[in-house]
Amino acid sequence: MVEYAPILIFLAVAAAFPAATLVIARLLRPSSPDAVKGEAYECGVPTSGEAIARYPVRFYIIAVLFVVFDVETIFLFPWAVKYRALGLFGFVEMLVFLGILVVGYAYAWKKGALEWV
Amino acid sequence: MDRDTIEHIVIPTGQVLVAVAIVPLIIAYLQLVERKVLGFMQVRLAPRRVGWHGLLQPIADALKLLIKEDTTPAMADRALFTMAPIITVIPALAALAVIPIAGQPFELFGYTINPWISDINVALLFLLAISSLGIYGIIVAGWASNSKYSMLGALRSSAQMISYEVPLGFALIGVMMLAGSASMVKIVEAQKSAGWWFVGPQLLGFFCYFISAVAETNRVPFDLPEAEAELVAGFHTEYSGMKFAFFFLAEYTNMIVVSSIVTILFFGGWLRPFPNIEALAWLENGWIFLVPLVAGASIGWLIDQRAGTGLRWMFAGGLAGAAAGAAIGVTDAFGLASAAIPALSGAFWFSLKVSFFLFMYIWFRGTYPRYRYDQLMGLGWKWLIPLSILNVVGTGLAVLLRA
Repeated sequence: MVEYAPILIFLAVAAAFPAATLVIARLLRPSSPDAVKGEAYECGVPTSGEAIARYPVRFYIIAVLFVVFDVETIFLFPWAVKYRALGLFGFVEMLVFLGILVVGYAYAWKKGALEWV
Repeated sequence: MDRDTIEHIVIPTGQVLVAVAIVPLIIAYLQLVERKVLGFMQVRLAPRRVGWHGLLQPIADALKLLIKEDTTPAMADRALFTMAPIITVIPALAALAVIPIAGQPFELFGYTINPWISDINVALLFLLAISSLGIYGIIVAGWASNSKYSMLGALRSSAQMISYEVPLGFALIGVMMLAGSASMVKIVEAQKSAGWWFVGPQLLGFFCYFISAVAETNRVPFDLPEAEAELVAGFHTEYSGMKFAFFFLAEYTNMIVVSSIVTILFFGGWLRPFPNIEALAWLENGWIFLVPLVAGASIGWLIDQRAGTGLRWMFAGGLAGAAAGAAIGVTDAFGLASAAIPALSGAFWFSLKVSFFLFMYIWFRGTYPRYRYDQLMGLGWKWLIPLSILNVVGTGLAVLLRA
């Protein structure tokens, strides 16, 4: 586990660097907020309505598909590393696994889940 | 302090501090290079007011961003609005921890220093995991801004990034099957023993990876999240000053990380070109000859431009540089050749290849128009995913038949 220590150190330094820079910038920069500066940018006309509103269900479908496919990828990682040791057995096993994945993929495609408009 | 603490805590901390200090500097100048290259591609003069040929421009930009007023929209969620750039920067920088820049450790004050910060055996998995964390920063930025453009940009960006993450992961699998490891150092060593770069057997995997990676970093032609014609600036519309600078820093760090990964996985990392051809072994340390040659020729070319003397000085400069390089190499001046050059050779080849892929990014930006959103999603889901699955099956079959 000792080889993970540098990564933790890196995460700590990577967090400290932007935080420290923001504090330094806070000391150096001017700050004079007013009502007009505080408006959300809408091409110069007064802001109207809330920004956090309804958005297309497409994004949700993409998120669900992503969860399915990305988890499958992770399953393939240990298999790929030990592939040479597994030989023909490993290849056939993974063909079955990928076959099931491709059936689901084809179904999603047929149902139009991959069409954006 | 005992030796163990120094080796496992002090040296890595030093390396991390050096990395976090150097990378923003590299990015500042990468951005100048980008502006210069784009300028020349569009037949105009790029920045050249601040410093000689604009060489101090990045410093001026950084100072401007540091002392610029940093406004927060009144409707925004202040805490999340401040946290978002930090959340984006942390994973982008931390990905650098597992990137080896050379193969040969060197000695300093009796301690062995590796040219990588950490060589974990799940480096690829770590990279995949930590690079997807960057999405959180973007979606938090879009949500917290409470601006319509930011919100749309963040939604688009997150959908795009998770879509291209699938082919990205699949494209890595072929390399792991060939190398039998997910450690960056072992993958390069596998290419050394295989005798060729993995771009040969994994050409399809390389294209799938590089296209997906360009989309992951939100760069042209996949810069939909900040399509300035439609969304002003996408998820960072409301950001200014240093907070904006951090989104910028994260984007360029991701570019460097992607270029490094492409170099390591497909282009032999720190190996010289054609590692299987014995006759080209001089290339390994031959950069001591090539670098002065190119430097001399460039200086000569600049003189030619000023004096209008054709290409006379360019050839003269190149010859002088080559002679100087050969002299250092042959006579081993100041013990430079035997001590420093082998340790630096790997880093030289590595940075040369990384620079090439960074140049490709800029080249894309100067060449391609932006995709439409449905085309973008179609390319990811309908082309890259089937092709990368095909690549996994094909690689499996080839490895099986050759064993």
